[in-house]
Amino acid sequence: MSLAEYIQEKRKTKDILIMAHVVCGYPSFEDNIRALEIMQSAGVDLVELQFPFSEPSADGPLFVQANEESLKSGTTIGQCFDFMKEATTLFSFKVLMMGYYNTVFKMGEEEFLRRLVKAGGTGFILPDLPLEEAVNIHSLAIEKDLAPIILMTPTSSNERLAKLGAASRGMVYVVARKGVTGSKTVIGDNVLKLIEQCRKHTDVPIAVGFGIGGRKDVDALRGHADVAIVGSAALRAWKRSGASGLQDLFLSLSR
Amino acid sequence: MDIFEFPPGREGYYGEYGGVFLPEILQSTIQELQECFRKCKNDEKFWSEYIEILKNYSGRPTPITYLPNLSKQLGGAQIYVKRDDLNHTGSHKINNVIGQGLLCKRLGKNRVIAETGAGQHGFATATMAARFGLDCTIYMGEVDVARQRPNVFWMENLGAQVISVTDGQKTLKDAINECMRDWVSNMADTHYVLGTACGPHPFPEMVSWFQSVIGLEAREQLLELTGSLPDRVYACVGGGSNAIGIFQGFLDSDSVELIGCEAGGLGVESNLHAARLAYSDASVGVAQGFKTYFLQNGQGNMLKTHSIAAGLDYIGINPIFSYLWEEKKVRFEAATDEEVKEALRLTMRSEGLIPALETAHAFVTAIKEAPHMGRNEIILINQSGRGDKDIFTIADALDDQKWKSFINEKSDQYHREKY
Repeated sequence: MSLAEYIQEKRKTKDILIMAHVVCGYPSFEDNIRALEIMQSAGVDLVELQFPFSEPSADGPLFVQANEESLKSGTTIGQCFDFMKEATTLFSFKVLMMGYYNTVFKMGEEEFLRRLVKAGGTGFILPDLPLEEAVNIHSLAIEKDLAPIILMTPTSSNERLAKLGAASRGMVYVVARKGVTGSKTVIGDNVLKLIEQCRKHTDVPIAVGFGIGGRKDVDALRGHADVAIVGSAALRAWKRSGASGLQDLFLSLSR
Repeated sequence: MDIFEFPPGREGYYGEYGGVFLPEILQSTIQELQECFRKCKNDEKFWSEYIEILKNYSGRPTPITYLPNLSKQLGGAQIYVKRDDLNHTGSHKINNVIGQGLLCKRLGKNRVIAETGAGQHGFATATMAARFGLDCTIYMGEVDVARQRPNVFWMENLGAQVISVTDGQKTLKDAINECMRDWVSNMADTHYVLGTACGPHPFPEMVSWFQSVIGLEAREQLLELTGSLPDRVYACVGGGSNAIGIFQGFLDSDSVELIGCEAGGLGVESNLHAARLAYSDASVGVAQGFKTYFLQNGQGNMLKTHSIAAGLDYIGINPIFSYLWEEKKVRFEAATDEEVKEALRLTMRSEGLIPALETAHAFVTAIKEAPHMGRNEIILINQSGRGDKDIFTIADALDDQKWKSFINEKSDQYHREKY
């Protein structure tokens, strides 16, 4: 089942889906599995697995540190794919790869996609790969029924949104605000307007991320977005109070 | 050859290198910058205003100095030096910064941010911001803040906020990442004054254009002085802005050999250097907004780099150089930390010139090669920066005991004043 179909199917019984985020190998792969178990039991629908990179320039301090620590402990791309395979075997949520383009470039786009399919991944998010540079990998991905996730942002003009929309497959990732990951976003009229604007330019489901901190934000997105992306908030909860903090967060979202 | 005439659909590419690899949120900002730069480049008035400010504010044109003592001592080629160290703020960095300051005004933005390694680019940016009335934030790796305190002192006193970056290796590349993070939040009123000919298009082209003033002057001056073009031109290469600046005066002349001098650090196979092209440890990758040769591992993660000169201590190289190197238009050599110290001593004693540690890398290679050249041949070295402001680093590098005891006394004095 393709990503768009999966989201549409689930949306029949849920008014908003949750996508969570895990940095592979941080604090450790054992902790990652524990986090995924909690996400699964709380009914999380999608998980992006971030492959750590040494120059995560689109990430905020929390993820920067996580990327750095993971690499320091020796995390390799091979381990990340093995972990993805384990996750897609053990759990029922769909898994996306998230990372920076150099990881893909060094491996070669075809080889990367081949391994992504083998690991059971559904698609990928590469925030530093603009549309203009993604022509080849997008067409290869579509051949393999993988979703190359496009990002739409508050600084995108209508003309740009039309271009992005035409290329969108599986799901669109709407960036709720300027800045890097991790700081708080107030889900106000401007975000809802942005979603509405994006919706005009694409038929695929819309996921909203950047600064989604808890139940209140998810509620605000209900009826507007198909998926709420909870990234930094989950890592923050884990760092503050471990597995139980993470559990509390995701249970509060699904209740 | 005009390297900036891009084939259709390949804008910002030099062969396979360059491009724009940025998050979608910056797409409109970079497009706005590209359009503004294109207008400025096509506007003769912009260039003449730029040259006028460099003349009245920075002291351009900088002279060319003949080095009779060193030339004689080495017994080969005649050595000439382009004196960009005589610019206001002590290096070629001011050229690019004045240019981008003018461009920032055209963009209607009132805040600038910049990364800095050695502190020279940050110093120049803070100076320009004070002069042009712009808010200024400088990002600098914690390691560099520690080794370049005098530049931090000046930046802060010029009114800039200096933020010490504690991520990653805590050097230049990490300062660039931090600038990107600031820029994705504040692009509406903020221009990113990138200091070298790296990063996403249009930065390599734009920085090269502003720095081309070095090569334009040098070609004319040397012809006037000697009646001929140089046989070889040497410049140090970190990101590669002073080198592309002076090389542009000679790119069209096949008789002139161009030599880029990288940081050999502790030497070949030491794994502690910043030689992307002279050594064989680098490979093609995409990071910090562009595609070029990076010092990275097989998984695409960046390697630790090292140089005695903070300004050369960088993982990637000007994408134009990756192309020109493959086209065999520019040769690359590396100078080790030890060789740099020796060349610095020699240059100071023989000619009374104090090149910056970065610049001294170009002297190393020229000094090695000059004896093997004929006496009628001409070497031109770009003295991109002056070393006297690097007094702490150079005193450390030369292990100067008298300086150390002076600092100890000074420290005792401050301590007494405090308690």
